[in-house]
Amino acid sequence: MIRSEILKEIAPILRDQLVVCNIGIPSQELHAIDDQPSNFYMLGTMGLASSIGLGLALAQPKPVVVIDGDGSILTNMGTLPTIANNVANNYILMIIDNGSYGSTGDQPTYTGKKTSLAKVAEACGCERVVECKDVDTGAVLQDALDSGEMTIMVVKCDSGNAKMPVITMDPVVIRDRFMKAVQA
Amino acid sequence: MSISSKIVDDVVAAGIAFVTTVPCKQLAGVIDEVEARPEIYHIPSNKEDEGMGLCAGAFMGGKKPMIIMQNTAIGVTINTLATLTQFYRMPLPMLISYRGELREPVACQVEMAVHTKALLNQLLIPTFHFHKEADAEELPEILSYTFMCNKPVAILTDASFWGGYGDQ
Ligand SMILES: Cc1ncc(C[n+]2csc(CCOP(=O)(O)OP(=O)(O)O)c2C)c(N)n1
Ligand SMILES: [Mg+2]
Repeated sequence: MIRSEILKEIAPILRDQLVVCNIGIPSQELHAIDDQPSNFYMLGTMGLASSIGLGLALAQPKPVVVIDGDGSILTNMGTLPTIANNVANNYILMIIDNGSYGSTGDQPTYTGKKTSLAKVAEACGCERVVECKDVDTGAVLQDALDSGEMTIMVVKCDSGNAKMPVITMDPVVIRDRFMKAVQA
Repeated sequence: MSISSKIVDDVVAAGIAFVTTVPCKQLAGVIDEVEARPEIYHIPSNKEDEGMGLCAGAFMGGKKPMIIMQNTAIGVTINTLATLTQFYRMPLPMLISYRGELREPVACQVEMAVHTKALLNQLLIPTFHFHKEADAEELPEILSYTFMCNKPVAILTDASFWGGYGDQ
């Protein structure tokens, strides 16, 4: 499965959660599949989805699901020790590990080679780390939500992108409606 | 009362409850104070752009955030300041040690000092410079200004403000 197929499958779970979504095509896909005020789309700033989500989870009690990418985690690898040492049990970091920089044309990342993000997360001190296959994403995500424990998911899937339109919504609108959903 | 505890008193009084830090020798006292206050969730970050991401999330979660960092981090945070903090219009007070000014013992620090104000200026970031201890009297106003205008705001604190570098 490619990322967009996974997002289609888990959309019914995501629509009831606060979601922080990775820059580029991941956000475009989520936006096209099931736009919700409770989705925070990153339009730039590669690497910071996991950090934004952690700050959000620490600041308020609702569950937060971050849809991140392997390339973005690699560029902000310092995020994993911060996550491990600031436990927020309402925080789920779902890394879509397609082994590539999808948005920029599927150039390979090191996670498709020797590097295991699940092992890195464990070594950083993250306690609930689940690596799963694309087909199991929905079940593992639901299980993570039900566990009430901070969870790092590494979803191994195929590289590839669906053709979706660019998000033209104003960033302040995205942020404003998201904050209203947080407070709702 | 020490200048560090005065600063953190103002931070707490401004309602700031989420502070991320990357250390500088000059900021050690402030960071100790931040860590000691029960009103503040102190979350050390590994890189300043990561810290700004944490602050963006905390802000959207309803907490007033702040970052404490060294001016050498201006370069690595430019993209984040422009495409996250400014693009989504989020407030972020940045208490910055302004290394490389008078009394600086480390020559390398001067190399970023000469770019610091130019970069902040280029980013249209409101910038305040604390040179004498009395300058910190404006801190409460600067903090309320930051959350009034929803912008990143820089507070540069130089060596003269902190009283030099101790034994160096
Ligand atoms: C600082 C910076 N460098 C490069 C880019 C270009 N860029 C945008 S998205 C992306 C790929 C992200 O890959 P990943 O996080 O794995 O997400 P995927 O699209 O594969 O799901 C890159 C390299 C950028 N936006 N910012
Ligand atoms: Mg990827």
